[in-house]
This record gives sequence, structure tokens and C-alpha cells, in this order.
Amino acid sequence: MLSQVESHLRSDRFPHIWCPGCGNGIVLAALVRAIEELGYDPDKTVVVSGIGCSSRAAGYLDFNTLHTTHGRALAFATGIKLARPELEVFVLMGDGDATAIGGNHFIHAARRNIDLTAIIFNNSIYGMTGGQYSPLTPPGKRATTAPYGNIERSFDIAELAKGAGATYVARATTYHATMLEKLIVAGARNKGFSVIEAITACPVGYGRRNKMGNGLQMLLWQKEHAVTVKQAEKMSPEELRDKIVIGELYKGEAPEYTAMYQQVIERAQKTTGQ
Amino acid sequence: MMSDVVEMARLMQGNEAVVEGALAAGVRFYAGYPITPSTEIAELMAERLPALGGKFIQMEDEIASMAAVIGASLAGVKALTATSGPGFSLKQENIGFAAMAEIPCVIVNVQRWGPSTGIPTAPAQGDVMQARWGTHGDHPVIVLCPASVREAYLLAIRAVNLSEKYRVPVILLMDEVIGHMRERVVLPRAKEVEVIERKKPSVEPKDYYPYRPGDDGVPPMASFGEGYRYHVTGLVHDEKGNPTTDPQVAESLLLRLHRKIYDHLDDVVSVEGYQLEDAEVTVVAYGAAARSAKRAVKEARAAGIKAGLLRPVTIWPFPEKEVAELAGRVRHIIVAEMNLGQLKGEVERAVRGRVGVSGVNRVNGELITFEEILSAIREVALDAQSG
Ligand SMILES: Cc1ncc(C[n+]2csc(CCOP(=O)(O)OP(=O)(O)O)c2C)c(N)n1
Ligand code: SF4
Ligand SMILES: [Mg+2]
Repeated sequence: MLSQVESHLRSDRFPHIWCPGCGNGIVLAALVRAIEELGYDPDKTVVVSGIGCSSRAAGYLDFNTLHTTHGRALAFATGIKLARPELEVFVLMGDGDATAIGGNHFIHAARRNIDLTAIIFNNSIYGMTGGQYSPLTPPGKRATTAPYGNIERSFDIAELAKGAGATYVARATTYHATMLEKLIVAGARNKGFSVIEAITACPVGYGRRNKMGNGLQMLLWQKEHAVTVKQAEKMSPEELRDKIVIGELYKGEAPEYTAMYQQVIERAQKTTGQ
Repeated sequence: MMSDVVEMARLMQGNEAVVEGALAAGVRFYAGYPITPSTEIAELMAERLPALGGKFIQMEDEIASMAAVIGASLAGVKALTATSGPGFSLKQENIGFAAMAEIPCVIVNVQRWGPSTGIPTAPAQGDVMQARWGTHGDHPVIVLCPASVREAYLLAIRAVNLSEKYRVPVILLMDEVIGHMRERVVLPRAKEVEVIERKKPSVEPKDYYPYRPGDDGVPPMASFGEGYRYHVTGLVHDEKGNPTTDPQVAESLLLRLHRKIYDHLDDVVSVEGYQLEDAEVTVVAYGAAARSAKRAVKEARAAGIKAGLLRPVTIWPFPEKEVAELAGRVRHIIVAEMNLGQLKGEVERAVRGRVGVSGVNRVNGELITFEEILSAIREVALDAQSG
């Protein structure tokens, strides 16, 4: 198992930059196993990331990797995918990256239903800059910029993605790494915009300040608070209040952007007689 | 270079000429967000690109447009975006990314009156410094400035070629006058156009160092998907593309980025001289202002004044040598521009006080007139007579 992951890593890049107990490596490993399972040709596989602790994952992967600017990964990836639809494109983003500075690109990539697989490392905080609140920090939680508790409501990434037009939406936690891997596989197989939210621990920037313990304790917290879609069906909204629903949350049908553009090319060439 | 063989003579708008030039140079990807006075470029690209098998996308904003263009270029497709002042400001962070990661791309900025929303339909040349220093850090960039519709076509080609050759973002700095003006133009045949392709690696993937430069300072570039799996980042990186904070690597990277442009000034910088041989008073002007300046010089000559024009076609890197050389032989330099003297400062720097430099500036949203430049020339000539 380990060697299978290793073969897709740039081993000369280790040790990685992440703190002890950080969940980012678990998401990275799930992604690699998923790509292995998908059987994608590494030469045709592209991983694009934004800026943040989580976005550093791209640099450790032995694919075509692009570490972009904060919030813009999906826009770079859109250019790659539209230019070369035959490439398999994964996009790694932090919660702040994807939904604050990159929120606009996120909803528009979903609206276009462009065939990208987006993986959002949701650690409920701006990790890289030292623990400021993000649009995914739950109300009441503490961050360096919310020393008296966060007063902003947080996004529900899955609802946001679905509402904006994504055709595959799923969520898992780093405790449920095997499920995460399966969801990434299914998301990648969806011909359209897929979003997989990975709940992950940032013990240094978030856990410590909110008395959630170390990385291991935060993993156990994920275990205790996660309920599957099936379990959730039988639960009341009151029971679900502090729970994280994991699994496949939405699957939809919509035309995929690059396929639609191929039709534009055919129409244009017919019109102009090329 | 360019052949003069005629394909056809036709009436063409400046923005349209940019599209035709870009397509002739092999651009097959456009991402943009509409903004006056550049929108015609997007509209025409939307029509022309798919017919050529290329791709057009209207992104959600200019930040995304710039990002998509870089992504497409990295995937091996020549890419261009067009915008105007406010949109140009939004593109800056990603222009810096392109400079750092050395991704060829062309940004057209059809300048309008600013700051802010200003007068969207009025011409200005206020983005001279933004084009040079808009993104943070000491980055290299090339900026070309056309003064006619035909030149908009030719410089669009040259912009694409230079960006491919040096792996650098190239800015085609237009203004509303040139963008919207219609002129009868005679264009070279598409197959007569010299098209430069980026240098490709000739080594096996395992021996590829994506940021190891050739003798020209430019590293060969593999496209994503070609079998060379490598890392691209805006962080300081070593020759493998891997991030590092090593001060030595940082310094040598930054210096190389500069050298690859500044070691090739003969190739990158061009100017047009008009009546310079015996000129005593010389006007320096670019873009639309250069048209008025040329007429002013003609009229001055007709009145017996030895006037000339130096028109920077490349404004960044600034044609320092060419301007410094003027200082040795003219009595005075007048810089005519539609801003408060953005390029005049560079002219002063180049001549180092050896000749007088004055400005004719217009910032009311109207084209600078030949009369105001002519009267500045007359004044200088009179001063010379009385002095
Ligand atoms: C334009 C811009 N603004 C701000 C920053 C600083 N910055 C870097 S990472 C980051 C937040 C990262 O948080 P998130 O996206 O959640 O990723 P994480 O580090 O938590 O994985 C910020 C604000 C930046 N690099 N660029
Ligand atoms: S700050 Fe948080 S997210 Fe970043 S590496 Fe450390 S634990 Fe991970
Ligand atoms: Mg985060």
C-alpha cells in the first residue's frame, strides 16, 4: 500500500512542510491511491493548487503540478482543461482558498460544470497564515482574528457547490480516509465539475485555540461527529446539528463545458466552411 | 522579418487588427472579461477562434481570465487576453505569476482614462507605469505600443513571438484611439508572417530541468501532458522547479529573469525615427500621441524648423540607448503624452541633464493635438534663436 502511494510522490521533496498531527498528508495519500485506482497515466494527470498549507500538496506529487496564486487554482485549471480536454485535472484548495478569495471562481466552475475534480481541504481555518478565521470557521470558534469568538456564519460547501451547479458533491473526513479515496475516484469519474470536501485537522492553527487537542484527538473528534448519508436520513435536524454528514451528497446531470465547446467548434467550422 | 507581399487591402479597426495579428501568430486560446474600449477583441475572438479549432472563454472576471490564459499556455496553446485599465489592475497578480513561472502570454491593454472608472470611452496613456510596475516585485516585462492599425497587427504578432521566445508576459499597450480607429491597411499574407515557437526540451524527461536556462537565459519549456512531469510555482524555485528560500537561488533566479530580457535589447527594443538626421528639437511620443507629434514635426519642418520625432515602439524596456544618443545632438526634447509625464521621467533619466526636456501633456480625455505639440516646438525654436 505504502509503496503504491510512494511511486507517485516526489520523494526527494520530503520531509514535507506540514506540522505534526496535520491532516493534509492523509488527504494527499487518499488522492494518490484514488489516482492509482483510476489508472490514470501520470503524464496525462494534472494537479493544480492554490495557496495555503494544503495547496503545498501539489509539489509532493509526481504528476504535472501547478501551484498557482491564492484562490485562483480553479481559473488556472479551467484554462488547462479547456485547452487540453484530454488531460485529467485535479484541483486542490484550502477552505479559505476555495470559498473566500476564490469563491467567485468556485461557483463559476460549478456553474459551467467543467470536468475538474476539486478537493477542498477544510480545516476550518487559514492555516498557512497562522489561524485567522475563514468562511468555514464555525460561529463561536476562536481564531487569531476572532479573539472573542467568530460572529460570521459559515458556508456549507456542499450546498454551495450543488446550488452553483456542480454535478458531483461529496464529503469525507481524514478519519474516513478510505471513504475519501472512494469519493475522489467517483468524483473523478463524473464527467463534470466534482467537489469533494475533506474535513481535515489543523491542530496548530485551529485545534489548539479551540481546545480540541492534538492531531490524534482531532481525528477522533471527526470519528465521533461524522454520520453517513444513510444514518443521517433517519436523524432529526436537531440530532444533526453538530454532525458532519459524510458520503455522496449529490449527483446531478448537466452538459459538461468542454464537450459543449467542442460543439461550438463544430458549429463555427460549419458556418465558416472550414 | 515581415514580407510586404500583399494579401489584401481592407478597412480595419485597431482592435480587429490585434485579433488578426494574434491569430496569424498562432494564438488559439483567449480568456477575457468585457471592458470598454477593448471589448471588440473578445467579441471577434469568440467568433474566430472556434472556427480555427481554438478556444474562447468569457471568464467571471479579469483575475480568472489571466489565470486561464496562463493555464492554457502551460498546456501548450498560445494564449492572449485583452482588457482596459480597471481590468488590467485586476490581472496584475497573475501577470507576476507568469513572469515568475515564465509562462508565455500576451496581455492587451487598450488604455482608457483613469484612475478608477474615469471616462471609459476616453483615450489616455496613463498606464505606462502600471504596465511596467503593476505587479509586485522586480519582474521583467516587455511592453509594445502601436501607433496605427497596421502596427497593431504587426505588434500583436511580435508580442506573441517575443513572449514565446523569452517566456515572458508581453503587454500590448494600446489606447482608445488606436483600438477604435479604422484605417485602410495592407497586411502581409498569413504564410509570410514569421512565427516563433517556444523552445522545447530535447532531453529525456528524466534529464529535464524545467528552469535550467540555455545560453540565451531562457529554459526550454515542456507543455503539461507531454511526458515531462514537473512542478510550476510562483514561489522562488530551483532549476527543478522546486520551491526554496535559499537566498542564492532567489537572487540568481531574479537576475536571470532580468538578464534574459536585458541581454537581448537589440531584439526586444525598437524605435521609429522621423526626420532625426539634422533635428534640433525632437519630440518623443508613442501610441496615438505619436500621430499628432508626427504631424506637428511635418508642419514645423514646413515652417523651417529642424524638428524630428523619436517614437518608442517598445516602451519597456525603455529605449535608453536610443534616447541617450539623441542627447548628444539635439538641442531640446519634448515628450508628448496623454498623462502627466510618465515616460518623460524615463527620458530625463536617459539624457542625464545633457539637454532640456519638457512635456506636452493632456489629461482631459481628448487626443493630444498636433497644434499644441507644434506650439511647443515653436517655443523651443524661438528660445534658441533669441538665446
Ligand atoms: C492575494 C493573497 N492574499 C493573501 C495571501 C496570504 N495567504 C496565504 S495562504 C492564506 C490562507 C490559507 O488558508 P486556506 O486556504 O484555508 O488553506 P490552509 O492553509 O488552511 O490549508 C492566506 C490568507 C496570499 N498568499 N495571497
Ligand atoms: S498550520 Fe495547520 S494546516 Fe498548516 S501545516 Fe500546520 S497543522 Fe497543517
Ligand atoms: Mg484552511
